[in-house]
Amino acid sequence: MSTNSYKNYLKEEHFPHIWCPGCGDGIVLHAYAIALAELGLAPKEVVTVTGIGCWGKSDDYVATHALHGTHGRALAYATGVKLGNPVLTVIALMGDGDAVTIGGNHFIHAARRNIDLTAVVINNFNYGMTGGQYSATTPLKSKTTTSPLGNAEPGFDICSLAEAAGANFVARTTPFHVVSLKNLLKEGIQKKGFSLIEVITPCPTYFGRYNINSSPVANMHWLKDKAVSVSRYQHMTDEDKLQHFAIGTFVNKDRPDFYTMYQQINDCKWEGGR
Amino acid sequence: MKAKEKIRISIDENLCKRCGICSEFCSEKVFLELDNGMPQVTVPENCIVCHLCDWRCPDLAITLEVIS
Amino acid sequence: MKRPVGKQFMQGNEACVFGAIDAGARFYAGYPITPSSEIAELCAKFLPQVGGVFLQMEDELGSMAAVIGASTAGTKAFTATSGPGFTLMQENLGMAIYTEVPCVLVNIQRNGPSTGLATRPAQGDVMQARWGTHGDHPIIVLSPSSVQEFYDLTLRAFNLSEKYSIPVILLSDEVIGHMREDLVIPELEDLVIVNRKLPNKPIKEYRAYQTENDDIPRIAPFGSEYIVHISSSCHDETGFTHSKPQTADQLVRRLHRKIERNQEDIIQVEWFGPRKADVCIIAYGAVSRTAKQVVVDAQEKGLSVNLLRLITHWPFPDEQVKEALSQAKVIIVPEMNLGQVAQEILRLNSLQTPIYSITRIDGEIIMPSEIMSKIEEVIR
Repeated sequence: MSTNSYKNYLKEEHFPHIWCPGCGDGIVLHAYAIALAELGLAPKEVVTVTGIGCWGKSDDYVATHALHGTHGRALAYATGVKLGNPVLTVIALMGDGDAVTIGGNHFIHAARRNIDLTAVVINNFNYGMTGGQYSATTPLKSKTTTSPLGNAEPGFDICSLAEAAGANFVARTTPFHVVSLKNLLKEGIQKKGFSLIEVITPCPTYFGRYNINSSPVANMHWLKDKAVSVSRYQHMTDEDKLQHFAIGTFVNKDRPDFYTMYQQINDCKWEGGR
Repeated sequence: MKAKEKIRISIDENLCKRCGICSEFCSEKVFLELDNGMPQVTVPENCIVCHLCDWRCPDLAITLEVIS
Repeated sequence: MKRPVGKQFMQGNEACVFGAIDAGARFYAGYPITPSSEIAELCAKFLPQVGGVFLQMEDELGSMAAVIGASTAGTKAFTATSGPGFTLMQENLGMAIYTEVPCVLVNIQRNGPSTGLATRPAQGDVMQARWGTHGDHPIIVLSPSSVQEFYDLTLRAFNLSEKYSIPVILLSDEVIGHMREDLVIPELEDLVIVNRKLPNKPIKEYRAYQTENDDIPRIAPFGSEYIVHISSSCHDETGFTHSKPQTADQLVRRLHRKIERNQEDIIQVEWFGPRKADVCIIAYGAVSRTAKQVVVDAQEKGLSVNLLRLITHWPFPDEQVKEALSQAKVIIVPEMNLGQVAQEILRLNSLQTPIYSITRIDGEIIMPSEIMSKIEEVIR
């Protein structure tokens, strides 16, 4: 057994957490703590940045430095933290609302700049905290409390968005696939440049209840059945693709990150100043 | 698990929200779900220490300890 | 390039940048907007030369957020903007006030509302600077009226921000931002630089938002041995989200108290002309330059006129304004808005001193003749 326990990264005194039975957020929180422990990063070397929403409450449970701010701005705070002290490991934990709906602009630009950050986006296809309204990832025709007869808008593919914007590392997994979840988190955190790990996560209370099933177990089965590896997905018929989603790594490249480029280009010193 | 190792699986009742995921997905059927939804470890000797119940528990309520 | 020192000739926006760098600012995040863009451009040029970072963000929401992020990591940070961008920054200005993150926000006011007259001056953001972000909150707002003062107040803004753990707004205007005149930049060793308080307790006893007698927290920068939790939601002394009524009440009352009890340190005004006069002009920013000319002209005409210039806008200089209200027979308040400060003076006018508001909202500066004819009209 590893001597560096994941418990060193959690504030268990604040448990039980606020999340509903069967919510995937707790599973991702656990995997996040294990990933940090296995990477051997000290809590003081890590800043966890969160926004607003169910997953946006996770800062209350982590024992790293934490910055919890306004809705959608997590990546903008994280950008400042990283450039304010580039030796820090900065990780933004966001939901689909934070990351690609209200904060969509910050998301594409953080990826484009290739800021050395890791974005862990929990995508549960709706706004859980405010009662199950649709977000920018809610699939077309899905039912939510603000699309009671079905959503007239199509949803974003978060990984495609990150890839198009220029992220260095792009991957998708689910809380059912916990081993890959932990490993992808580690890979993303280690990668220099902008990393995105999308975690398709059950919300049995709202999105699940209206579109899958209200039982936590049924939602985990749904993830198990719908998620297929990238290679298997590529060989599927278009019809089959509509019924599934791909998990695994989509992008893994080494474009220089913002700060490296910035220092290279701005190589000049102020004479006689401080 | 090696033959002489013993496994202790504990479930923190204060944390468990009775979602049923551990008993549903345990490949070795170590858990039994009680009528009140609480999982109970019934056949710990079947455990292969895959840790999936622990890692998949949304409430971080399960602890697995290997005692040699 | 070399740090400018001694007598210089430069633009207001330029003086602001050198003031910020001298104060220790090493991070700027902003979005281009007239008439503040020179501040961004000069930061892009000079910050990397002193080991800092300039970042052009995607919008002003993100700019203010990045400034907060850099400051929590221990780097002094600032941004500059104008009307429409100032409005977008209100969101995270509230965040910085509530989480007590030191930073400086420069607003080079232009004519509004909305995109208004982008290149024309105004003073229409006095109330937005005070109340733009939602909820009850304190704020410090300073208003320069010369290029020299823009440099001085930028330095002071950072110092007050660090001292009281609060964002400080530098509320300037297009006239002061774009005008060029002489200033003297002191030697580095002659500058007074204030840095935020650091933890003074063992790690185990440390609580970032626990305050001593001064109501000011000691928030360690991210990365130190002291683990810090900063939250825009109602939080207890550890930073943990808390929704108890008592926690909410104590936090907001402390935020106000830490500014209220230090008003003497924060509030600055300038009296110009005779110490007592029949007519007192109360003005600030670009318009106070007009008012100074009026005071000089009035002396030549044998009229008794002086000026109370507000350097600190917020907290409002209640005592100094009350003094003016009790000494003068008439108060004149010229502003490039529809009377935002005049209303505030009315609030203090228990003596019923006649107050005359002169307003302009057409993007033109108020001329000395406008103020003089008002004085001649009312003292007759």
